[in-house]
Amino acid sequence: MWHDVRLIAGKDLRIEWRSQVATGQVAPFAILVLVLFGFALDADTVALRTFTGGLYWVTVLFSAVLAIQRSFALESADGNRDALRLSGIEPAAIFFGKATALVVQLVLLEVLLGAGVAVLYGPSVEDFPLLVATAGVATIGVAAAGTLYGVLAAGLRVRETILPILLLPVLAPVLIGATRAFDDALGTVAVNGWNWLALLGLTAVVYVAFGALAFGVLLEDS
Amino acid sequence: MSVVHLRAVVALLGRFPALAGVDLDVESGEAVLLQGPNGAGKTSLLRLCAGLLAPASGEAVVLGHDLGRDRRSVRREVGMLAHATFLYDDLSVYENVCFWARAAGGSPAEAEAAIARLEIDTRLRDIPVVRLSTGQRRRTSLAVLVARRPRLWLLDEPHAGLDQAGRDIVDGLVRDAVDAGATVLVASHELDRTRTIASRVITIAGGVVVADQPIPGRSMPVGPAPERGGPDVA
Repeated sequence: MWHDVRLIAGKDLRIEWRSQVATGQVAPFAILVLVLFGFALDADTVALRTFTGGLYWVTVLFSAVLAIQRSFALESADGNRDALRLSGIEPAAIFFGKATALVVQLVLLEVLLGAGVAVLYGPSVEDFPLLVATAGVATIGVAAAGTLYGVLAAGLRVRETILPILLLPVLAPVLIGATRAFDDALGTVAVNGWNWLALLGLTAVVYVAFGALAFGVLLEDS
Repeated sequence: MSVVHLRAVVALLGRFPALAGVDLDVESGEAVLLQGPNGAGKTSLLRLCAGLLAPASGEAVVLGHDLGRDRRSVRREVGMLAHATFLYDDLSVYENVCFWARAAGGSPAEAEAAIARLEIDTRLRDIPVVRLSTGQRRRTSLAVLVARRPRLWLLDEPHAGLDQAGRDIVDGLVRDAVDAGATVLVASHELDRTRTIASRVITIAGGVVVADQPIPGRSMPVGPAPERGGPDVA
C-alpha cells in the first residue's frame, strides 16, 4: 500500500512542480488575502495582532480550497478518474497519497503565510512548539477532509463551485481549534492552547479515518 | 471457462438502458470485433467488461470475477484504450507510462520497452503530453496499455487519430497479444481494417447482440489465459 501512496503523492507533487499552479496562483492568492485583511482592518496593528490566528487560518482554508480543487481537476481531465479506478490501486492508498501531496503543499503555503503575517501583522510568538504542533495537526485535518470532499465534488457537474460550500462548514472545527491554539501560542488570548490542540487532533483523526474508509465509495459512486 | 461470460446483462446510464440484455461469450485468445452504429452500446459493453459500469441485472463474469459483486478485482487484469487519453497533461510521455505501469505492478523497464514498442520518437520521451499531437498522445495511451500487460484488452476505436504507421503498430499489438494468449475486444467503425486482426465479429444494436459471426479464414487460438497477457515487451 505504501508503494502506491508514494506513487500517487509523487505524481501529484511532480505535476504541481511542473505546472507551477501552486506557486503561481495559490500562493499569490493567499498573500493577497492577507493584505486585504490588513486593508479591511484599516491597518490597525493592534487589531491585526489580536486577530492574527483567525486571519491566518481563514487564509489557509481559502487557499486550501484552491489547492484541493486543483488536485482533483487533474483526475477529472482526460478520463483519469476512470484510469485511477482501472489501475487497481486501493482507494485508501489513493486517499493517503493525494492527502500527503496536499499536506506538503499546505505546509509550504503555511510557511509562506507565516512569513507574510510576521511582516504585515507583526505578532510575537510565545509558545513556538504549540504553534508548530497546531499547524501540523490542522494541516493533516484540512488535507484529509479536503481529499474526501474533493473526490465527492469532482464527480459532480458543478464541481467548480460546490467544493467550498461542502468543505468549509466541515472545516469549521479545524478553524476554531487552530485559531484558539494559535491565540495561546501568540499570547493574544488567555486560553489553554494545548487543550484546543488535543481537540484539533481528535478532529484530524476522525477526518483521516473516515476519509480512508469512505474514499473508495465516493470514487466509485459520485 | 470463458474470459467474458454475459447472460441477459442490463446496464444503465442513468435511466437509459445502454445494454438491454446482452448475451455474449468470449474465449481466451480470441480477438473480437464489436461493430454497430453510434449509440449501439459498444463502449458501454467495453466499460462493463472493464468493471467501470455495473450490471443492473443479469449474469456478468469477466476473467472469473462476478461483476455484480466484485468489479475491483477485474480492473487489475484488464487494459482499456478509451476515447479519453487517461494521461496527465503535465507529465511527460515516459512519466505517464511509468506511473501507470508502476500502478499496475510493472517496472520502469517495462515502461521504456512499451514506449519503444509504440515507436514513439525518442525526442518526445520527456515532453509533457499536453504538447503532443493527437496521434502521439494516442500512441502514449497505447504504450500505457502495453506496459500494464493485461489479460483482457478492451480497445475503443484504437485506430482513431493514428497515421498509417500507428495503425500498423496497433494491428501488430493485437496480434502479439492474441499470440501471447490474451483476449482482445475491439470496438471499431473501421471494419475492413479490424476484420484483418479479429477472428469474430459481434454486431450490437440497441444495447443487444444482434449478430455473432466468425470471420472466414481466421482461426481462433484457444488456450489457458496467461498470468499477464500482453506482448512480452520487457
